[in-house]
Amino acid sequence: MPSDSPPAAIAAPESLSSTPPSLIVLFVAFAKMSLAGFGGVLVFARRAIVDHHRWMSADEFNETFALCHFLPGPNIVNLSVVFGSRFRGIAGGVAAFAGLVGPPVVIVTILAALYARFGEVDALRRILAGVSCAAVGLLIAVVFRMMMPLIRRRDLVGLAVLAAVFVAIGVVRLPLAAVLLAAIPLSMAIALAMRRRVAA
Amino acid sequence: MNSDGNPIWTLAWTFGLMSLFAVGGANSAIPEMHRVAVDVHHWLSDPQFADVFAISQLSPGPNVLIVTLIGYAVAGVAGALVATLSMCVPTAILAYGVSRVLTRSSHSRWPAIIQAALVPLSIGLMGASGLVLALTSDRTWTAGLVTAAAAVVAFATRLNPLWLLVAGGLLGFAGLIG
Repeated sequence: MPSDSPPAAIAAPESLSSTPPSLIVLFVAFAKMSLAGFGGVLVFARRAIVDHHRWMSADEFNETFALCHFLPGPNIVNLSVVFGSRFRGIAGGVAAFAGLVGPPVVIVTILAALYARFGEVDALRRILAGVSCAAVGLLIAVVFRMMMPLIRRRDLVGLAVLAAVFVAIGVVRLPLAAVLLAAIPLSMAIALAMRRRVAA
Repeated sequence: MNSDGNPIWTLAWTFGLMSLFAVGGANSAIPEMHRVAVDVHHWLSDPQFADVFAISQLSPGPNVLIVTLIGYAVAGVAGALVATLSMCVPTAILAYGVSRVLTRSSHSRWPAIIQAALVPLSIGLMGASGLVLALTSDRTWTAGLVTAAAAVVAFATRLNPLWLLVAGGLLGFAGLIG
């Protein structure tokens, strides 16, 4: 994935756009980043919001994304609503959300109809089986990338919580709500206790 | 209300509730989607679930659109729309509310603590997604090998993930995955 920021962004880092985007501009911008986003929209969202439109500085973007990441639900959907509403209130949130989700939902619904019609065709079955094997590998790679910081700072408590959730959901196959209603308070208590100990 | 009667209602409350528990994003909720769609309601078979995951990864847009495909399999276009909105709207309203509160009370130490608590949970959930999907997708040893190879390449390089999906599709088309 081409990742590094283009030279234009380095030349003028702090000249943020001064006029707030209109509802139509919000809709079109989020539709564009969504349709460009194969295998995750985040990279494209950052590029459009920070580098191209200059609606936020990199720090503001990171802060907003961090908020959306620790809230439940699809991160990028949360980001679109929080971002849009910051500029244009609730209507802005709805416009950004509709841009992000509307056009790809149309595409995916068409694909779903095609799959319902042709899903039994042998060649298609074989292709999808291959794609799904590779896609699972991609997901596993993301998991290991996310684990690296915990491993580097030898966060044994964090890794133990991680392993417990993994076993409860992945191996024992308990319902998500039940596991999280136990795990979230526990993990919060641990995080608070660790912080107290560091502070003391 | 009898939820067996109209699958649209079942979709709405299933995904509406799931959206509030999807810590770390849509990919964290995949084991729950599999449990509900395959084991509990028998909306999809195991291979169909793997196919639906593959299609959602091949399509542009946010990962959450896997629920659009599940919804379509249950109740056509209406099911697709209801599943998508149910999975997005409750958490979007929550995000809107929280972001308003946070901008007002500028610097609280709670975000950092919540983040420290939730990061290991969300990684554990995504790991479980990887396991559940590997068990549904990798039914032959060559399939397992493709998954392992894709994982190593994606972890070690910055190759565009789309190329790995295309490579997997070609290997599948060539009949090497079975």
